[in-house]
Amino acid sequence: MSLTRQDVEKIAHLARLSITEQEMPVYVTSLSSIVNFVDDLSRVQTGTVEPMAHPLDGQHQRLRADVVSETDHHEKYQSNAPAVQAGLYVVPRVIE
Amino acid sequence: MLHSLSIGELCNALVRKEISSVELTRHYLARIERLNPALNALITVTADEALAGAAEADRRRAAGEKGPLLGIPLIHKDIFCTDGVRTSCGSRMLDNFIAPYDATVVTRLKAAGAVMLAKANMDEFAMGSSNETSYYGPVKNPWDTRKVPGGSSGGSAAATAARLAPFATGTDTGGSIRQPAALTGVTGLKPTYGRVSRYGMVAFASSLDQAGVFARSAADAAPVLQAMAGFDPRDSTSIDTPVPDYPATLDAPLAGLKIGLLREFFEGLEARNSTLIHDAIEVYRGLGATTVEVSLPHLPLSVPTYYVVAPAECSSNLSRFDGVRFGYRCEKPKDLNDLYERSRGEGFGAEVKRRIMTGTYVLSAGYFDAYYLKAQKVRRLITDEFRAAFAQVDLLIGPTTPTPAFDIGAKMDDPVTMYLNDIYTIGANLAGLPGMSLPCGFIDGLPMGLQLIGPHFSEAKLLNAAHRFQQETGWHKHTPGGYEP
Repeated sequence: MSLTRQDVEKIAHLARLSITEQEMPVYVTSLSSIVNFVDDLSRVQTGTVEPMAHPLDGQHQRLRADVVSETDHHEKYQSNAPAVQAGLYVVPRVIE
Repeated sequence: MLHSLSIGELCNALVRKEISSVELTRHYLARIERLNPALNALITVTADEALAGAAEADRRRAAGEKGPLLGIPLIHKDIFCTDGVRTSCGSRMLDNFIAPYDATVVTRLKAAGAVMLAKANMDEFAMGSSNETSYYGPVKNPWDTRKVPGGSSGGSAAATAARLAPFATGTDTGGSIRQPAALTGVTGLKPTYGRVSRYGMVAFASSLDQAGVFARSAADAAPVLQAMAGFDPRDSTSIDTPVPDYPATLDAPLAGLKIGLLREFFEGLEARNSTLIHDAIEVYRGLGATTVEVSLPHLPLSVPTYYVVAPAECSSNLSRFDGVRFGYRCEKPKDLNDLYERSRGEGFGAEVKRRIMTGTYVLSAGYFDAYYLKAQKVRRLITDEFRAAFAQVDLLIGPTTPTPAFDIGAKMDDPVTMYLNDIYTIGANLAGLPGMSLPCGFIDGLPMGLQLIGPHFSEAKLLNAAHRFQQETGWHKHTPGGYEP
């Protein structure tokens, strides 16, 4: 199957990606060819096969005691932020 | 010359005080300065940190400490967080990112006394098979600078091949250690999923990503894996199982080893490639191994399975890049949505956006069952077939790549053709298995790789089988012209 420009616009919006006019036709073509390629999977009989999410079956998420394990590094971490004020991340106004 | 010595020989020279780590580090930094501009294998050279680390290693050795990597230089793939040093992941998105902590791999190698020289170039967010998707430009193959070095760990591979460091770290999600190791004529090891911690390794596809090693031989790779491997409570998928002594079993005899020839890997294999692999199989027979053909009927579906699972996980992992907390932010966003969309649209390159959109599509309402769940089911079929094969044989053998290194630019217009470079490597990632690539000969003057795949946690056996092969053959000793002693 092939994707339309509208399909790609919708996917790009879901993924929060701005796509330029120049890029758009390239993505329509290449995403269509990828979708066609992975469509091969639809021919496989998978019946009752259990989906596999983890390569080592039988592993469980470990639990640990609910105690503080990290100290406060917010200044160091926020030194990478584009905009910080009074220890808070600054974003464009959301509520008028 | 120093750069032609193995890690073991360098260690002996350090023990005998014939050289210091500072001298060794200066030697490699000088090579990097002279040779890297033509290769573009490195994104950041950390000369000051390296010399300080080398001086510290010399002090530790003078104080009586021992260790096979104490004072030995290395290069880290720029996917590993390094405290206080830019960690770009090959992306504009992280061009300004100074990691605030060390990845566990970095911490462990530092504790072993290894000295970081530089951060290696790579495909952006490890998404690519040619190192052409890097924001910092393509890496050139030292065997022929018109060719790609493979990817995504192309910088680590090219740097190891060009003797810019005795070893380098890499990561392998679908072949990103083994494929570039093959195309640059070095030894590459991808461990079992969960063997090496993923903490501080920028995530691409969390159920597939695994850190590993580039070195010039299996004997050099063994002490490096020894230092990297082991349980880490900071990685929720790290496996708490003992780490064997890898160097101790390198020389073990191979008599009675059962090797499986993967039928699906040999069907349609180019004749010269097939000859090299069959010659390698003869070497193993000479060492006392027996061979049997095995078939994994679903293995040819590895690539489409991977190109659903990996983009799905990538689209989820890369949603953290929002232009708010770290990384690239667009100019003058008009509202929050504009901030997200343009920061991501401008900060990510073309292939990363393609993978995020592929993943978003296969996870979206109406397509989830048909693509994502279906791929997870086929992943289990492939994994079950590997498990059945390992009930019969100790190791599987085949080629690492379908062809030698291709021209820079040759496959960039067609993503599916590019994806098929990893046709022989992806299966091991889907099943979480360890794999190695070893130099096994040349086609048109370019190196080719032999791939060994083992059952979970069989790294010691893989290194043993690789080392015995390298004692019988000299392929791993070839050095690209211009980088020789």
